[in-house]
Amino acid sequence: MPNISNFSMLAINTQDTYFYVKRYYPKNCTLLGFWIYLMSDCLLFSSFFVTYAVLGQNYADGPTGAKIFNLPLIAINTTLLLISSLTYGFAVLQMQKQKIYKTLIWLGITGLLGTSFLCLEIYEFLHFIYIGAIPKQSGFLTSFFALVGTHGLHVVFGVIWLITLMVQINKFGLILENNRRIICLSMFWHFLDIIWICIFTFVYLLGVL
Amino acid sequence: MHEYYDSLYTKKYDLENIPKTFDDDYNIQSNFTGYIIGFVLAIILTIISFLLVITKVINNTTIISLILFFLAIIQITVHMICFLHMNFKSENGWTILALIFTTIVVIIMITGSLWVMYHMNHNMMPK
Repeated sequence: MPNISNFSMLAINTQDTYFYVKRYYPKNCTLLGFWIYLMSDCLLFSSFFVTYAVLGQNYADGPTGAKIFNLPLIAINTTLLLISSLTYGFAVLQMQKQKIYKTLIWLGITGLLGTSFLCLEIYEFLHFIYIGAIPKQSGFLTSFFALVGTHGLHVVFGVIWLITLMVQINKFGLILENNRRIICLSMFWHFLDIIWICIFTFVYLLGVL
Repeated sequence: MHEYYDSLYTKKYDLENIPKTFDDDYNIQSNFTGYIIGFVLAIILTIISFLLVITKVINNTTIISLILFFLAIIQITVHMICFLHMNFKSENGWTILALIFTTIVVIIMITGSLWVMYHMNHNMMPK
């Protein structure tokens, strides 16, 4: 009798057996589930993008995008997020080699880059509020703050998750559960980077044009 | 009868090539060169987009917008392949299926909303 422990179900009926073997399902679908969560998040962001696309030209005598957007700041922000994606990739590579401290160092660098991104974004928002470009000024600013603010909020939660994960890795080591969390957070982090690509292209660059 | 079932197990099913479960390890196909290639491509594409807008090499705004759009699409694809390790095989193709479904929904939502709102603006214009 061959080893059949790999099969979750094995029916007596030969026809069924055939199909159960062909249709293999992994026991643990966390990564697929997390991917589907990211896709639903993508829908959320696309609704904000649509809102911005519809309302983005309604300035209501307020400031326009070309007047308030600071492109060098956005370039720095983009660079920070791109580098943080790369450093997270290095963290995953070190995790696969089961090196705890190198993983922690790369995760820490990623966290620092994410935090500096957040600081710059908060500075940008405070500057907008200071010059009077507040969300209630115009449809353009409402949709702008909703879209970029939601992305910033995602980064905040990503950084909180990152810190929690680093504490857990420090305490329990690179066990299976922590590896799973690292992979999930890496998907989240790279996904946020993709959203940022859309934001700097369609909001900032097209707004300045 | 036992011989019959045994023959089923040994001949019909390829027991060696059963995919490993995800309990075993999170063995995604990530490597150093993949990340570096993705990063370099992303940086180059970003620099091109920013330079296009800052230096204003092309005077036509529509053409710049179209170029920016395609650069963004390319960069998203680069991120998907190099950083998120998307392929047609991961999780038996379920991830790419979810991605295609989401893309279709997003395209319908964006084009539909823009189309509807454009017509509403057009019809509400004072004659």
